[in-house]
Amino acid sequence: MKRWKFRLSGSGGQGLITAGIILGEAAVIEGKEVVQSQSYGPEARGGASKAEVIIDDKKINYPKVVIPEVLLAMSQEAADKYGTEIEDNGLIIIDSSMVNNFKNDKAKIVNIPITKLAKEEIGKTFVANIIAISALVNLTKVVSFDSLKQAVLNRIPKGTEDINLKALEIGWKWAQSN
Amino acid sequence: MTSKKARLIQGNRACAEGAMAAGVRFFAGYPITPSTEIAEIMSEELPKLGGKFIQMEDEIASMACIIGASLTGKKVLTASSGPGISLKQEAIGYACMTEIPCVIVNVQRLGPSTGGPTSSAQGDIMQARWGTHGDHPIIALCPSSVYECFTLTVTAVNFAEKYRTPVYVLMDEIIGHMREKVILPNIDEIKIVNRKRPTCPSNEYKPYQIDETLIPAMADFGTGYKWHVTGLFHDETGFPSGKPKVIEEQFKRLMTKFDKYSDEILSWEETEAEDAEILLVAYGSTARSALDAVNILRSEGIKVGLFRPITIWPFPEKRLKTLAEKANKIIVPEMNYGQLILEVERICKDKASVGGLFKFNSLPITPEEIMFKIREVL
Amino acid sequence: MRPELQKLFRMDKLPHIWCPGCGHGIITRAIAEAINESDLDLDKTVIVSGIGCSSRAPGYMHFDTLHTLHGRALAFATGVKLANPELNVFVLTGDGDATAIGGNHFIHAARRNIDLNIILFNNNIYGMTGGQYSPLTPTGKIASTSPYGNPENNFDIPALAIAAGASYVARGTAFHDKLLIDCIKEGIKNKGFSLIEAMSMCPTSYGRRNKMGNAADMLNDLKTTAVNINVAKKLPPEKLEGKFLIGKLHHKPYPEFTQEYDKLIAKLQKGAE
Repeated sequence: MKRWKFRLSGSGGQGLITAGIILGEAAVIEGKEVVQSQSYGPEARGGASKAEVIIDDKKINYPKVVIPEVLLAMSQEAADKYGTEIEDNGLIIIDSSMVNNFKNDKAKIVNIPITKLAKEEIGKTFVANIIAISALVNLTKVVSFDSLKQAVLNRIPKGTEDINLKALEIGWKWAQSN
Repeated sequence: MTSKKARLIQGNRACAEGAMAAGVRFFAGYPITPSTEIAEIMSEELPKLGGKFIQMEDEIASMACIIGASLTGKKVLTASSGPGISLKQEAIGYACMTEIPCVIVNVQRLGPSTGGPTSSAQGDIMQARWGTHGDHPIIALCPSSVYECFTLTVTAVNFAEKYRTPVYVLMDEIIGHMREKVILPNIDEIKIVNRKRPTCPSNEYKPYQIDETLIPAMADFGTGYKWHVTGLFHDETGFPSGKPKVIEEQFKRLMTKFDKYSDEILSWEETEAEDAEILLVAYGSTARSALDAVNILRSEGIKVGLFRPITIWPFPEKRLKTLAEKANKIIVPEMNYGQLILEVERICKDKASVGGLFKFNSLPITPEEIMFKIREVL
Repeated sequence: MRPELQKLFRMDKLPHIWCPGCGHGIITRAIAEAINESDLDLDKTVIVSGIGCSSRAPGYMHFDTLHTLHGRALAFATGVKLANPELNVFVLTGDGDATAIGGNHFIHAARRNIDLNIILFNNNIYGMTGGQYSPLTPTGKIASTSPYGNPENNFDIPALAIAAGASYVARGTAFHDKLLIDCIKEGIKNKGFSLIEAMSMCPTSYGRRNKMGNAADMLNDLKTTAVNINVAKKLPPEKLEGKFLIGKLHHKPYPEFTQEYDKLIAKLQKGAE
């Protein structure tokens, strides 16, 4: 397996660190090596926030992502700040309900109205991160759907299983149809 | 608490779990970034184990508090960062002087002063050695992975108990906050060391006895030994003494007590170091970048190696000296203005040329930066 | 010294280092008398102190004794008591130690209502360093660092302790030693933070500078300036001007910190079964 480098960006409170942990834990379930890090401080609430995940079969030493090959941007500010840092032919997933202006010719861009879907299909914007991570996994196949599902169920609060599973399905299907 | 299962956990969590696995049952602390997670985990887990957590009114008090708790026989730990570690120095000196076992975790952040609370740095290397006033012995261990945050905290607790001393676990923000896949050891695989307690009658007890072990037995408060603990210079019985001969004898024992045990205390890791012409000396999170650099450059046929001190204080001097005889050049990358390089220069200056790669702008040193530096000196 | 008191002292460490006429010896003996009359397990009694003249007292007392850092005695004592609540923990401290450098620890230990018995030796001065003014040096008094008279205000320690949460507060003096013993005994009985302010005297560094006469004169001052709180209740305010109150000033028991923590442990461990 090649080394995967993910950067999940948006604004504080969108659950991007949780999404990074879930992605990392899904890879751990599959026996892979994982390192996950994040930005801290005032950025953790509002402002641009990011979580980074590196997944590999081999040991990971340097723990930070320099240039990601997969970028998720869930706010205009994050898209502006991180949108140019991407490997050639990388993948950028844009929450089109939050980002109006975005262009990058180097990478493949997939637009999904993530937050809008969360609001309209489920009625809870806090599951937007689950929709996003599900789409991201579908588009990269970095882990299996089953591993992702298990990682989600391990992490979420009791009583929210149904809406989170629904969010997983929505993200998965949207990515498939793109 | 630990099961042989792969988990994705933070360095700070691994440290807290290591402490509890080693038998720590008392924690006093004060909120500070980037070490607060350790206090949060301890506050949740310790009472379940019958242990005690207390958030003190300040950093000074938390250090004093764990020393008091240690005197009752408990294994104790505190965790802090930057300004908090500065405040603790007075009581760390007291623990050195009175030889009270305790562990201080320092999740290093950018300093001086408030500096950068969420920024990583390795600027407390010399503070760990010389932070409190007066000559004193200290042990400092430096993890460079989440796994080592667990194992080295266990070792730190064991060393504190065995050698009657404060021990630092010198983490940094990157190691403390990153999550990494780990499979932690089971509790029955962990070696636990308990402090030596007196067996003699109380009237014969000498809490600072000078014998061949250099490490006197320590009685728990409340067990009838009725001994006296003071930060003043004291004789074998523990009572103040101003006699130059007594001061000198006790001081000597204090300053040399680790020498006898250096085989156990000193640890390091070598990667391609044996035949290295260029030797990197790196520790903590920076060693991870150095390791990438070594692997990449070795594949290009460049003879680069890495010497990673795990015990930073006392420094594994002998082994580095031997390696320096073979290497032409030594490079010390560190996230500060040049601290451990002073020790490396002292040890190697007659054997090899020593240069540094220092970064102090809140960003980690990347493998590329290390490779660039190596190519520069090739 | 009576034999039953001798067993509470490290007789081989005496005589003490205090100056002739110092009130600290009387207060130290009062503490020993109170411990002796309180039927405490001497093996389970720990005496903690900070730095200063009063903080040397534990060195003479035959217990587990902990002579700590300037101002930090209460923080060390909190560790001892919380780690092993079975222990009876005393803290001997001075006015500078407890209320200047240790002021923060003082109010927070009181706030927790942790079961510690604090005897604050108040001689109104930093004696060991040669007579500098402390937070308990009255306004206008001369000290080596207030050569023109202390320009600052002084703390009312019992009021501070009560406001911070102490459940027992009393005051005695080196002259009213019987009352002092009773106050300490009551403090020992109180499960919580007990503060006993013990008015001492320092002829060497305080009395001399302020022309207060010899030790006997200073002891007489304590006698005439102190008014028992029970007597004071019946006196008009003008009769109390320039006086200070002695006796039990406050006693309001409420849940104690280490006991509450042990309840938490029991609850969590029961829940886990």
